[in-house]
Parts: sequence; C-alpha cells; structure tokens
Amino acid sequence: MTTTSHTTETRHRVVVRFAGDSGDGMQLAGARFTDASAVFGNDLATLPNFPAEIRAPAGTLPGVSSFQVQIADSDILTPGDRPDVLVAMNPAALKSNLQDVPESGTIIINTDAFEARNLEKAGYEANPLEDGSLDKYKVLRVGMEELTKEAVKDSGVRGRATLRSKNLLAVGIVAWMFDRPLEPTIEWITEKFASLPEVAAANVSALKAGYHYGETTEIFSHTYEVPPAQMTPGVYTNVTGNQTLAWGLIAGAQQAKLPLLYASYPITPASDILHELARHRNFGVRTFQAEDEIAAVGVALGASFAGHLGITGTSGPGVALKSETISLALITELPMVIVDVQRGGPSTGLPTKTEQSDLLMSIYGRHGEAPMPVVAASTPADAFDTAIEAIRLAIKYMTPVILLSDGYIATSAEPWRLPDLSQLPDISTTFQVDPNHGDEYWPYIREEKTLARPWAVPGTAGLEHRVGGLEKQDGTGNVSYDPLNHEKMTILREDKIKGIAEDIPDLIVDSDDDATTLVLGWGSTYASIVAGVRRVRANGHKVAQAHLRHVNPFPKNLESVVRSYDTVLVPELNRGQLSRLLRERYLIDVKSLTKVQGKPFMAAEVEQALMESLS
Amino acid sequence: MTTFERADFQTDQEVRWCPGCGDYTILATVQNYLASLEIPRENHVFISGIGCAARFPYYVETYGMHSIHGRAPAIASGIASTRPELSVWVVTGDGDALSIGGNHLIHALRRNLNMTILLFNNQIYGLTKGQYSPTSETGKRTKSSPMGAIEHPFNPISVALGAEASFVARTIDMDRDHSSEVIRRAHEHNGAALVEIYQNCNVFNDKAFIQVTGKEERTVNRINLVHGEPIIFGASDEKAIVMRDGAASIVDLAETDPGDVHIHDERATSPAAAFSLSRLSHGPYGPTPIGVFRAVERDGYSEMLDRQILDAQAKKGPGDLMDLVSQNGTWDVQ
Repeated sequence: MTTTSHTTETRHRVVVRFAGDSGDGMQLAGARFTDASAVFGNDLATLPNFPAEIRAPAGTLPGVSSFQVQIADSDILTPGDRPDVLVAMNPAALKSNLQDVPESGTIIINTDAFEARNLEKAGYEANPLEDGSLDKYKVLRVGMEELTKEAVKDSGVRGRATLRSKNLLAVGIVAWMFDRPLEPTIEWITEKFASLPEVAAANVSALKAGYHYGETTEIFSHTYEVPPAQMTPGVYTNVTGNQTLAWGLIAGAQQAKLPLLYASYPITPASDILHELARHRNFGVRTFQAEDEIAAVGVALGASFAGHLGITGTSGPGVALKSETISLALITELPMVIVDVQRGGPSTGLPTKTEQSDLLMSIYGRHGEAPMPVVAASTPADAFDTAIEAIRLAIKYMTPVILLSDGYIATSAEPWRLPDLSQLPDISTTFQVDPNHGDEYWPYIREEKTLARPWAVPGTAGLEHRVGGLEKQDGTGNVSYDPLNHEKMTILREDKIKGIAEDIPDLIVDSDDDATTLVLGWGSTYASIVAGVRRVRANGHKVAQAHLRHVNPFPKNLESVVRSYDTVLVPELNRGQLSRLLRERYLIDVKSLTKVQGKPFMAAEVEQALMESLS
Repeated sequence: MTTFERADFQTDQEVRWCPGCGDYTILATVQNYLASLEIPRENHVFISGIGCAARFPYYVETYGMHSIHGRAPAIASGIASTRPELSVWVVTGDGDALSIGGNHLIHALRRNLNMTILLFNNQIYGLTKGQYSPTSETGKRTKSSPMGAIEHPFNPISVALGAEASFVARTIDMDRDHSSEVIRRAHEHNGAALVEIYQNCNVFNDKAFIQVTGKEERTVNRINLVHGEPIIFGASDEKAIVMRDGAASIVDLAETDPGDVHIHDERATSPAAAFSLSRLSHGPYGPTPIGVFRAVERDGYSEMLDRQILDAQAKKGPGDLMDLVSQNGTWDVQ
C-alpha cells in the first residue's frame, strides 16, 4: 500500500451512525466512539435504536440495530437529524438507513457481508454495490470480516468468535477518520475483558487494525476534524438518563435523610434504573425485584408506610397495572415516587422506542377524583434534578408523585457537567412523634400551609393508628361514609395538589423582544425544540421558547405566559396531550405539532413548524 | 416488663361483622395472644386486603393498613424488608389471598419474609354477598353459580407447601386453644408463616366446616398433627396414616404394622410428606389434618438483604455521592 496525502476538513459538527445486525455490537461500537469523542472534548448527543427482539433473525431488516452520535465543537442538544457518515455492516443495515443519509454523505460498507444470502434477506434484487444506486454518496468499501480475521489471528480467539471483533474494527476506522484517540477505548476493552485476555487482545488488535487501515489505504482521501467544544468549565462525565435518574433517586434519598427502597418489575426501557440501583447497596439502597408490577408498587407503599422512601419504576403498561395502588397511596396520603419511562403504546406497542403518550394517564388515569403531582425530565442530565424534585414533593406534601422520563432520555447519552453536590437542597422531613390532638394522635390533621398530613411510622409509641383505602373522616382518619365529609376530603386532596403551584418556580421563558410565537414543550422534546429554535433565530426570526418540568400542577405563571403570545406551538411525541391540557385549562387555542414514530423530533421538523407559524 | 390486657389491643371502632361470624372469635384469640406478649403495641403492624376479614386492622390497637384487594402480602413485604424489627401480620381471606392476590401470596412465602399470614378461609365471598370462592367445592350453588360451580378448588395448605413456605398450619376459628397455639407458633417462626383458619360464615356458607367442628363429626374426621407422633385418629383411635407410593393413605390401625404408621415430621427438609398429608382431603368434608404441617428454618429475605448492604458498605464504604456520579469516568474542561 502506498501512503497518500489526504485532505482534512474541519467541521463544526458531524453525525455518525453505526448500523448493523443486532448481533453485530453496534451499540457498543457507538458508545466507544462516543466516549472517545467526549474525552477529546467534543460536545455530543446520542440516539441508540434497537429492535424489541433480543436477536431478531440475523441479516433481516427487523434485526437492524443502530447507534447515532453527533459530535460538535459547540454546545449541541440533539443527536442530529441525518448522518454525515453511515457505517453499514450488512445489506439490511444499508437498506434500512440509507434514506436518512444526505446526498454526498459518506457510507462505510462492510463488503464482506454483501453476498447473495444477505442481499436476499434484506430484500435487495441487485447488489447495491454494483448497480450504481449508491453513486450519489461517497462510498468506502472495506472487507471488514477478512481484515478482522487477519488482525485477530494471533490473539488466541478462534473460529466464528474471531468475527465478533469486527465492530471494533469499524470503531478503529471511524476513529481514524475523525482523529479520535484510541487510548480510552483500549482502556475500556482491557478493563471490560480483564477475565478474558484473549478476547481483550482480539478486540484491541481489531481496533488498531481499523485505525491503521484508515491510515495506510488510499480510499480515505478525506478525513474530518471536529475541534473540541468550548464548554462551561467544570468536571464532566458522559451519562444516560436511566443512570442519572437512578443517581438522582439516591441523592434525593440522601437529601431527604431517608433510606431508599426501589421496587420494580423488569420492563423495557426502565430496567436499567433497577440495575443501576442494585449496584449501590453501599448507599443503603434496597432494591426489590417484585413478582409483578402491582407487587412492586405495593412493596414501595409498604416501605413508605414503614418510614422509608418507597419508589417504584416502570413504563406505561406497568403504570396501568399500578394505578389502583397509586390511588391507595393517594388516599392514605403516603409519599411515593412512581417513575414512568414512557415508550410507544398502547399495549406492548413499540417497547424499545420513545413516546410521550402517558402524560394524560399520569394526570388523569386513575379511578375516582385522584389528583397528584407529575414532573417530567427533559434531558439525561435533567433527570438527576427532576428525580430530587419528585422526592421533595412526595415527602413535603405526603403524596405519590409520577416522574416521567422516556425511552429517548433513558438510553441516549450526553456529557453532564457534575453539579456542586454541596448545593443540593435539604429536603428532609420530620416524623410525627407526639400526639397532635390532646393526648391522641389524629393522622389526618393537616399542616396549614401545605395541607400535608403528618407521617407517623410504626414503632412510634402512642401514635398507633390505622390507614386504609376507605374514605377518611377529616382529622381523625376514621372510616367515614358521611357524604359531606367525602366531598370535603375530595376537595382537600385536590387543594393540596393545587397548592404545590405556590411552591414551584415560575416558568422561565427564553424570549426575543417582540416575539409573537412561543414554543412550549415538556419532557424529552427539549433538545429538538431548542435546536429548532436556534435555527430559526439564526435565520433572523424572533421566537420565544419555554419548557415545563412541572406538568401537574402547572407553574402559576403559565397562563399569563401562554396568553402573552399570538401563537403557541406545542411539539409533543404524542397526539397532542399537553395541547389539550392547555386548551382545557385556559380556554385558548394552541398549535399542536405531533409525532408518534417512536423517534424524537428532528430539529428540522421543529424549525419547519415554527417557520410556518411565523409566516 | 409491660403487661397487657386484651383491652389494650381493642380500638374505639365498633366491630362490624355479622353477629355470629367466626371473625369475632379469631379477633379475640389474636388480641389475647398479643396481650400475652412483651412486644410493645407500636411494634405490631397489621396489613389486610379487602373482604370481611380485611376489616381486622381497624379493630386492633396497633399500626395497621386496610389496603386493596389481594395486595396485603406485597405491602407487608415492603414493611418486612425495610423494618425487620417489626412484627408484621397479614390478615386475608380465601378470595383475597388465593384469587386476586394469589401471586403475591406465593411469592411472599417463597421469599420467606418475616410475616405471619392469617388466612381466614370461609370458602365463600362474604363481603360481596355470596359468590363462590377459589376454595368453594365443585358444584357449590351460589348466586354466581346457580347451576353449581364448575371450578376445581384450591387447597390453601397444598398451595403454600407448593410454594415451599417455611411454616404452614391449619386451625379452626372456634377451637380457641388450638388456634392460640398455632398462631403463637406461627408468630414465633422466623420467616413467612401461613395459617389457614377454617372460619365459619354463618350468613352465606354456614356449617361449611361441620365435618371437622361438629361434636360427633370432629371425633371421626379431625386428624391432629403432632410433631414426632404417629398419626392416629378416629372416634376410638382406630384409623392411622401410612405413606404408600409417596402418598398419604388412611388405613385401619388394627390391620397395620405399627411401624408403618407415619410419624409426623414438621421439620422435614422436603415438603413432600407434608404435601401428601394436605392431599388427604380437598376440603373439610372427611378426615382432615389440623395443626402444623411444616415448620423449617430457612434464610429470610430481609436478613439477606441487610447482609448485602453491610457487605457492600464493608467493601466499598458508605456511599459517597461524588463517587457515584463520577463512576463513568470524568474529564476536566478548563
């Protein structure tokens, strides 16, 4: 091979997508490239996308798994709309991702996988490598399987297992294209496969082989440079939302000075919260893998009754199953947090894809008049603070609280500047230890300002009492079927939740002077909305943008905010649930932008909707 | 030392079961038992689901929760796994424990969380006014089965032994000496204890247990299980139990080698023999074993959970938030 000179193009941002069969290790490849870019100093955002089946039939379209990452030299929010570089490990990966690649985009193709059987499985009648259909792209053909076999031949790994390293060969090639350091990946491999030295050696060899292949072959005439981003000084780490949410629960429990119990039943995409918490028993964390969703919420409620911080986590179908117990927590007025990592529904729906369609269920989806607070995380980093806020509300107001995340926040990664942990709020509470009505204890005497009832836990002498699902007499908490008392208690429970509006910050609006259009969102659409707004502003238009964390109750200035703009655009990954709430509460119209494709909004989609509103 | 009276465990709430209900007797038995203990009132927690039996916590002056249908074992699991020092009771019925809450019951038993489960079995839905329950006999005519129930009933003891519960017993509401003793043993057991209590519903299923409670009938049908003793029963002790081909069978004692009579061993590691005994009757319609079927020691969930916490703390130190959020590796931006 001859070494050729090549051109290096400096780019502000580049989007790379690794796509292959779900057995090809594309999530791992994407995560390694992401970490190398993070260490290099780029800002970034990722979008994993994988099938619901653990191993869909190899080589088929449903079996394609992909991982997209955008790296940038400045603050970015989204994983990007379209990949500048697509790595396609087989024909199915090419076929299912090609439509997203812009003309003149780069496609790195593993040619070894383009044989007749794989082409047929992907539904290709002719080999796209030969029929000219890829002419408008920059196609780099690499025989990755042969290269991998050659690279790992001295590692001790034999037979079919040799090909498992081909994902790292791909990482090596892309690392060279973008001038990423190999060291973070080598360190990771060495640690991860410490007990399997042959596998570690094979993976390192494949990674280096990919890098050297890029360096020494002629086909890469063109590489990119994405300089480090100017980020706010601080200590950064790379996180996914399930992880930060779990950490937020641990931090919230510490700030509340309560031991944490997390009871859950495995469900995609929430299980990683259970996995993460189970690793941290040294924080006094009790994880409880229950027999079903209903048991999980029951265990959490029992823990709260016993004076621990009871939390349960699930996805939409699980919330449906838990709803009877959530109502019990609501009428017994015990603190609890229910984490809902939303996914495409109804029913099993799109279990590995994202959606925001549980908003109305969270607010209204219970029997009886059953109001409760709902908070929503907007980014992986924000999940940490939102988890603490959910805990704060639960114990201060003695109520169950729903904490909404979704599949996108749960699995996508972004750099997170570590917070100053000494500044976390003190959200601790005090248990009732003395009688509160003469020499008696009445469990339903309320604190005047918050309307919260006291929390007296078993083991406290003299405060023995019974709670339950039957309606309570105001004050004593005894069972009461008195019609007027029921109405009074219903309204008291409602007022307690409404009153939280006084205890949450006003909605902050990022508004241009003279803007007449407001984009209002909640949850994981934050990144796409802000990216869309930036584009519109870059084109010289004026616009206002605001994002809700508290979706029930709303911040108390929300009505005046939405009334201050001629047009309110509400993008949501559902069929317009926040839009309905706004219309119902304030009797104003809003413009709803919806998408239910299991994918986040592209910035371009928000931009286009905004431009239509502005014109 | 504190001494209690039964009145110390009575609440100011009016007891609202039907006159003549077996629940009154069980309530008195439990209150008397609680009063005999040195455990302070505040350390008992009674959790119930829904049904007639589920009103129980309102009448006991301790901590308690009248929760929702079938879920009491799950809620009690949350208490027992976080506060192992508490005395946790579950009061449930045949519909609550074996129909809507069947899943929670078997898993609480499997995990062996420290709790005493009192299953009031009256073989009928009382609170909803008389539908057949999962323990009603096949053919039972009720409002929801006017032509006779076509379902095969659960035997609660068999279910509990199938879940490998570490303590399983059966007693009878009106036999206060026996039920007091069985409840004491269950409560002293370290782990999940299930006590099936035959409880007469005099309104919707009166005399369901007459074969083991009637003056004449009980002498014929009641098989008392006593650990370490050969199982012999009958009006004049003329019947015995032997194990044949792995199944318990009733034989005439006179025609049996005394060495073949089954010796009851509640501590047997395998629940198989106890299960065979539970199959002697599918309901209280003929000779029926009463007493402790199984009482074995097995590690409990909360002890193991606490041990993992201590082990993790010994190994990694008490949790530090900065370590937690830095675990993925960090980099500095100047």
